[in-house]
Amino acid sequence: MSHSASVPAEPPAPEAPVIAVNGLTKRFGDLTAVNDVSFSVRRGEILGLLGPNGAGKTTTIQLMLGLTTPTAGAITIFGQDLRRRRRQILTRVNFASAYISLPSNLTVEENLTVFSRLYGVKNAKRRTTELLELFEIPQTLTQVTGALSSGQITRLNLCKAFLNDPEALFLDEPTASLDPDIADKVRTALGEIQRERGVTMVYTSHNMQEVEAMCDRVIFLSRGNIVAQGTPEDVLKTSRSDSMEEVFIAIARNGALRDVDEEDDD
Amino acid sequence: MWRRVTAMVARYLYLYRRSLARAGEVFFWPVMDLVVWGFLMTYLRRHMLPQAIVWLLGAMIFWDVLYRAQQAITLSMSEDIWAKNLINLFIAPISVFELLLATCFMGVIKATITILVLGTLASVLYAFDITTIGYALLPFMLVLLLFGWALGTFTMGLILRFGKAAEALVWGIPFLVQPLSAVFYPVDVLPQPLRAAAHWLPSTYVFEGMRAVIAGAPFDIQNLGIAFALNMLYLALGSMFFAYMLRVVRERGHISRLGME
Repeated sequence: MSHSASVPAEPPAPEAPVIAVNGLTKRFGDLTAVNDVSFSVRRGEILGLLGPNGAGKTTTIQLMLGLTTPTAGAITIFGQDLRRRRRQILTRVNFASAYISLPSNLTVEENLTVFSRLYGVKNAKRRTTELLELFEIPQTLTQVTGALSSGQITRLNLCKAFLNDPEALFLDEPTASLDPDIADKVRTALGEIQRERGVTMVYTSHNMQEVEAMCDRVIFLSRGNIVAQGTPEDVLKTSRSDSMEEVFIAIARNGALRDVDEEDDD
Repeated sequence: MWRRVTAMVARYLYLYRRSLARAGEVFFWPVMDLVVWGFLMTYLRRHMLPQAIVWLLGAMIFWDVLYRAQQAITLSMSEDIWAKNLINLFIAPISVFELLLATCFMGVIKATITILVLGTLASVLYAFDITTIGYALLPFMLVLLLFGWALGTFTMGLILRFGKAAEALVWGIPFLVQPLSAVFYPVDVLPQPLRAAAHWLPSTYVFEGMRAVIAGAPFDIQNLGIAFALNMLYLALGSMFFAYMLRVVRERGHISRLGME
């Protein structure tokens, strides 16, 4: 028996988080939109960033995309400092939001061609066809984007977001403008891609049922502060609530989760 | 880099191919300008200064080159603000330099089309041959193109910072420099203090030079050198101003507002 065989094997090093946010703060004058927020997202995890309007969700996502400069704190994605390596990081991430669009005067094909070239997508035509089929809008290929329904536009935005096969994806209310049927199809497609490719996702939504169904973990923000976090089950347990919607309402009205307990005590 | 730059040029060309209003911006307005100035020239030629007045048409065509170059930058980026596409571009792995380079290429395309269309029409309709300017034509165009880009980057900086409230500047900024550029009259016409200011604009040297060449004077290479030097200065200042405004809007979170409003 060799000597080395008797040495107990070292436990495998924990996998570094795909996204690590440390002490992130953003002030706009007197307003603190994000206040000393820290969290991390593991590979393949779907993190729900939740909270009422003005809680700091969108600002946090924009900070993570480098669209806004933080007042303090650090963001690392794939172990790289966002400030220094933003362009390299951007080749491996993508973003879709219900509030942004692709140029309405261009056809679906033209829009996806432009972004394929920007991201250096190989076999762009095949990738375009695959994604349009995945999101069930292959018939729109030659249509002008402005002529699509809002549901089709949202799905086209998601096609754009998956063009570069991102390892991390930021989704800001991706199903906000969709009817329940299409929203369900989108959730299914997102889940499918996440399972197959292990994509890390940061997800915001006001639909708490969707959040429960989609997210492995959630962070509730209120006035820029993290007021609750954990798996949806953990958050329900801690807050002694029956549903995430109840948690959301309590946080929106009281600004903190502990008030739910106090109300229950009353 | 070129893949991303050509991707953006394709994005703008797709738009012009499909939008009548945008294509009209390249053809319709310059042609309408030419028609009006052409008739004015015809009238003036009949009643006074039959030879010297010829440069009015040249001035109009040259002015359009500067104007289209400035608009190529400002309109291209404004299109993405209007389409709520700016965030898609700002989170794509394309640098701001590459983005500006693509809009500058659009400036070259637009200016080339403008000069070809207007040059041909001026020749056919009013017997004004722009090639009489000779080999000076190319450097003159280049000076105007570069100055248009400098004005464009400066205008885009203001639009980034002030958003839709500053959109009128897309069309307005060139007209701030027009009176001092001595487009349709010699610099001598300006009051003394404005004459000094006029010589700080590269465009002034082009319009003065064009009139001199049409009148038969030799092409002044020294003035051309001054115009290029001024252009380098303004391009550097315009780019620095744009970069500064970009930093300010990133700090204030205005990019997201521009991209989502």
